[in-house]
Order: sequence, then structure tokens, then C-alpha cells
Amino acid sequence: MAIFIDKQTRIIVQGFTGKIGTFHAQEMIDYGSNVVGGITPGKGGQTHLGRPVFNTVKEAVEQAGAEASIVFVPPAYAADSIMEAAEAGIKYCVSITDGIPTQDMMKVKIFLSKFPKEKRMVLTGPNCAGTISPGKAMLGIMPGHIYIPGNVGIVGRSGTLGYEAADQMKALGIGVSTSVGIGGDPINGSSHRDILEKFEQDPETKLIVMIGEIGGPQEVEAGMFAKEHMSKPVVAYIAGLTAPKGRRMGHAGAIISSVGESAAEKVEMLRELGVIIAPTPAAMGETVAKVLATL
Amino acid sequence: MDIHEYQAKQLLADYGVKIADGGLAYSPEDAVQRAREIGGHVWVVKAQIHSGARGKAGGIKICKTHDEVSDAAESLLGKKLVTHQTGPAGKQCLRLYVEAGTDIAKELYFSLLIDRAQERIVMVGSAQGGMEIEELAENNPDAIKKIYIEPAVGLQDFQAREMAFALGLNADLIPQAVKLIQGCYRAMRELDANMVEINPLVITGHDELIALDAKMGFDDNALFRRQKISELRDKSQEDPREMAAADRGLSYVGLDGDIGCMINGAGLAMATMDMIKLAGGEPANFLDVGGGASAERTEKAFRMVLADKNVKAMLVNIFAGINRCDWIAEGVVHAVKKIDMQVPLIVRLSGTNVEEGRKIIEESGLPIITADTLAEAAEKAVAARNQVVAAQG
Repeated sequence: MAIFIDKQTRIIVQGFTGKIGTFHAQEMIDYGSNVVGGITPGKGGQTHLGRPVFNTVKEAVEQAGAEASIVFVPPAYAADSIMEAAEAGIKYCVSITDGIPTQDMMKVKIFLSKFPKEKRMVLTGPNCAGTISPGKAMLGIMPGHIYIPGNVGIVGRSGTLGYEAADQMKALGIGVSTSVGIGGDPINGSSHRDILEKFEQDPETKLIVMIGEIGGPQEVEAGMFAKEHMSKPVVAYIAGLTAPKGRRMGHAGAIISSVGESAAEKVEMLRELGVIIAPTPAAMGETVAKVLATL
Repeated sequence: MDIHEYQAKQLLADYGVKIADGGLAYSPEDAVQRAREIGGHVWVVKAQIHSGARGKAGGIKICKTHDEVSDAAESLLGKKLVTHQTGPAGKQCLRLYVEAGTDIAKELYFSLLIDRAQERIVMVGSAQGGMEIEELAENNPDAIKKIYIEPAVGLQDFQAREMAFALGLNADLIPQAVKLIQGCYRAMRELDANMVEINPLVITGHDELIALDAKMGFDDNALFRRQKISELRDKSQEDPREMAAADRGLSYVGLDGDIGCMINGAGLAMATMDMIKLAGGEPANFLDVGGGASAERTEKAFRMVLADKNVKAMLVNIFAGINRCDWIAEGVVHAVKKIDMQVPLIVRLSGTNVEEGRKIIEESGLPIITADTLAEAAEKAVAARNQVVAAQG
């Protein structure tokens, strides 16, 4: 099994019958993901895309054996949906929803932390492209065809920049074990560090590409983890060399507000921690190829 | 979203934070009227702009007569104030806050922020107020007290007391301080603020704790449920281009360079700007057109980029995921035909249906420079820009 999902993983879609949920559920089904149903409160008992609709996540877990979920619920209700999934016993949840209030995410994180670790749902996102283990399953909104199966793990905050990395690797014949989007919000379910930890334990992953950006302490924390606890090499690129201080660059989290949050400072600190830096965003693929050749 | 000092003070006053008497003025006459209503012999006329460090920029004037109040108002209204937070363009002062002069015995610093690493609210205080916390953090980090608040149970009185003692307050002032700190915390939670800063927080000569200045920032993602807060938005304090973009569902940040950019996704946008810089150019803007880049949206984005007269070349970089390159290409061709483009255009498409997309661009007969990779796109954009500059002599 890849780090979070596999061909057999039973997936449900929260916000199943909405326009976005429907479109991406179909894409995931076409990719081969094992979508066993979805949740739309009030539409329980109906069938959508040939799969059952449930009123609650709990019912989906009990009746369809749901293990993983993907959340397309609008921002005002998304935190509630994530907590519902955690309470119902879902093991892995991806939240695609963009625009969840920060204090709602604080609440979600506290809620999750109340579960003992072995029963705690892993959340990635919100505001991300999701997770894909090429050739196995897709729990996200990415174009599945740009990934080929392989043994490089990708973790990144940005969707399209992650695609760029996968595409550069594909052009060099390098495949991906799993690609995880952790999202561009200030508070997210899992950090770069959390995902590096999963990749370190994953026999299918030999090397990890970490795609970071300006703002927040996450990338450097991940670098410290890599230095102390990882045997596998980590290649990183940090976007935002040209970003001015105090201006938010699209993502709510992409804002340089204190020392150590600029791209140049992060790159310097990561390099000192032994992380291999892709010098430009166009060199992500070739940097990975060079490191792979030495393994 | 940021708000003005007087708005933050009014909000905080509702939560029990003490402020000096004051009122809003839009003209020198208003200002004098406010001074009369307040009474006393000393007033402070304060420029209301979305920025700190207004004092250094000449935005705060102490007045001892009504004539001085009138003169101060006259000199500040309509003026552009430049601080290190506003950037060189500055921000225009269109509102004034006239406040009763405060007898200051001591200045302190207090704020509440969201700490991203800890994923909770942190309370920050220092007995050395008045100066900026960044400066203090650099020069005298030991003078700063930080206390983290457990979100599940909220701020406890003992924590507020601990902060009050760290601020060096004597026992008589502790109950006032606890009330003020709790008030700020409740305001932050109940109004979805991501920042409350009182700098300086002052002890007056009459042993009162007063918020002499106040700043609040709000979570844009939560404005949908905070209508009262959304109404406090002052568009005159925002960059008009960024505002126009936001109203069109685009994310735009104006920069100082001359290569215009249109990209999908914030991370890819930053990466493309990095490539431009590494190729020897400077981006004119950050522009994320988002996922569903329709023809209308593409045209709007083009107009936005080209409205900046500094732009000498434009680079489009789209990685189509849910999008399709052929749709994007059609949108680009449509936009170029509709807008009379005066600068070279470089287009790089990648992802879903890339071949069809490239074909549409080639067959359009338009003078569009195409590129296959990110590096090539940036190099071609910089080369095209350099040619334009050379031709202009």
C-alpha cells in the first residue's frame, strides 16, 4: 500500500451531488479509484454516479465500509464535514475546499488531537489538489495522466506547481510513488514534516521532492526532521524569490510576515540542514534525476 | 482585511477595552467640532490610514488650540503618507480621528496573533511599548513575553494575570488589565480577527489602562459570517488594481518590474516569477487566474496585466489540470484579437490537451511566441522585453 491510499481503499465523497463533487468523483472513478459512495445530507438513499448517497459519514462507514474521504463541501460547512469524518472513523481525509476560516481550522485540529493517535484521522489540505498514488488511486482533482508510477514522493503546498514537478519528472522517465498536496492555507491538516515522516516509512518511496513557498515555518521544520530522522534524500524548491514582504501571494499562507519566512532565508536554512535544493523551478526534474542516479 | 484605528477602537470598546474620548472628522471644521465635544486643552489629530508607524510619517499631531486642530486637519486630509508598511506609493488620508490628549505615565505593548506553527492564538506583551515589536524582537527579545492560549478552553484569567505581571503592572492595575486582555481575546474569537495589537497600551497619570492605538486584522475567509466587519472595509486604502482583480475573482499583486504575467495557481505563479528573475528580468505582477480560466476570464486577466503601462512583454504560463489547453488557447487567441496588444506575448501551455492547444495558437496567425518549458518561456519573455527596450532606445 502506498502511504495513504491504494486500489482497494474504499473512498467516499463529501459534497457528492454538487457540481464540483460530481465532476471530480467521476474523474476519480475513471482513474480507477474505488469510490463506494458519497454524502449529501438529506439525499440519503438516492443513487448518484451509480453509487449510493448517504446522509451521514457514519452510515457510509457502517454500510459501505468507507475508509477515506474527500471533501468538496463549501467553506462555511467544510470544517464540520471534516470533523464528522473524523468522528465516524474515516482514516484518511483530503479537504479540497478553499477558503475555510482559520479559526475553524484551529477547531478541527483540536478536535482531531482528542483522538488517540492510532484512531486519529489523518487530514491533508484544505485548499489543496489532493493525493494520488499513480496507477493505484486518485483522491484529488489533479490531472492523473501527468503522473507515472515510480518511487519518488512529492509533497507540496501548490497544486499546479506540483503538476509542473511531476511533468518535468515524467519527461525524464521518472515516476511518482505518491504525490500529496498539503494546501496553501496558514493552518493545514498535515505539514510537510508529517508527510516526510510517512514517506520515510514507505518502502515504495526512495526520494522525496518537497515543494514549498514563502511564509510560515513549515519547510524549515521539515528540513530539521529530515536531518535528524530520515535516511532518504529530500530535494526541495521554495517558490517566491520575488515576493515582497507583507504582501499575500494568492495563498492565504503565502505571506512573509517574520524573519526566516522569505524564500532566500528558507533555502539557506534548508541547505544547512542537508536538503538538496533545486536551484530553479525548471530544474526540479533534473535535480531529482541527479540524486536518483546516486542511489 | 485591515481596518482603521478608530474602527478597531470602537470594536474593542464594546468588549470593555478603555479608550480615550474621540470622534471621526472628514474636514477641518469637523475636527474642531470633535475637539469642542471632547473638551479639555489637548487633542491628538490622527491620520486614519491602514498602516502602522504613522507618527514617524507625520500622521499624528498634538494640538493645544482649536486653531491648531484645524491646521493639523487641513495639512493631513488628502495627504499621502508614506511609511515602511505602505510602500513608496503611500496611502492617502481621507479620514481623521480626533482624540482627547492622554496623560501618559508609561507605554506598554500588547497583542494577540495566530501562531501558525503552534496553530493557536498567542498573546504577546512587553513592558517596553511604543516601538515596533519587530524592532524590539530584534534588539531585546528577552523583553517580550509570549503566552499560548489553548483553543479548546480559551484564555484563562491566570494567563491574563501572568501577562499583566510581565507587563510590569502593579497590583492595583491587575484587574483592569485582565479585563482588557480578556476583552481583546473575546473580540478576536467572536469577530474572526487574526490580529489585535495595542501599541502603545498606556498607563495614564490617573492609573488607568488605555488603548492609545489599536490595530485589528481580519480573516478574509471568515468575512462571509461577519457582515458587521465586512462593512468596515475601506477601499480607498487598497491597491485599486488588486481590488479590481479581486472583484473579478482573480488574485493580482502589482510589482515593480516590466514583464506582465498570467498564470494558473499561486505556487506556479511564484515559480514563474522566480524564473523570470533568474533569466534576468523582473515581473510586473503576480496574477493567479485560478482553475476555470474561461475566455471571458482570460480576457479580463489580459486587460488587467496590460493596464500596467510599465509592461513591456507578457508571459502566459498555464498548466492545465482540470482545465484543457485547447480551451485556454482559444481564450488567449480571443483576448489577443479583441485587445490591441502593443507588447510581445509569450505563451507556454502544458498538461491536458497540450497538442491541441499549441495547434490553435500556431494556426491563429497571431504573432504569439510559444515555449514548451518553464525555463524556455522565461528566457523568451526576458529576450522579448529586452528587444522592446532596445527598440525604444
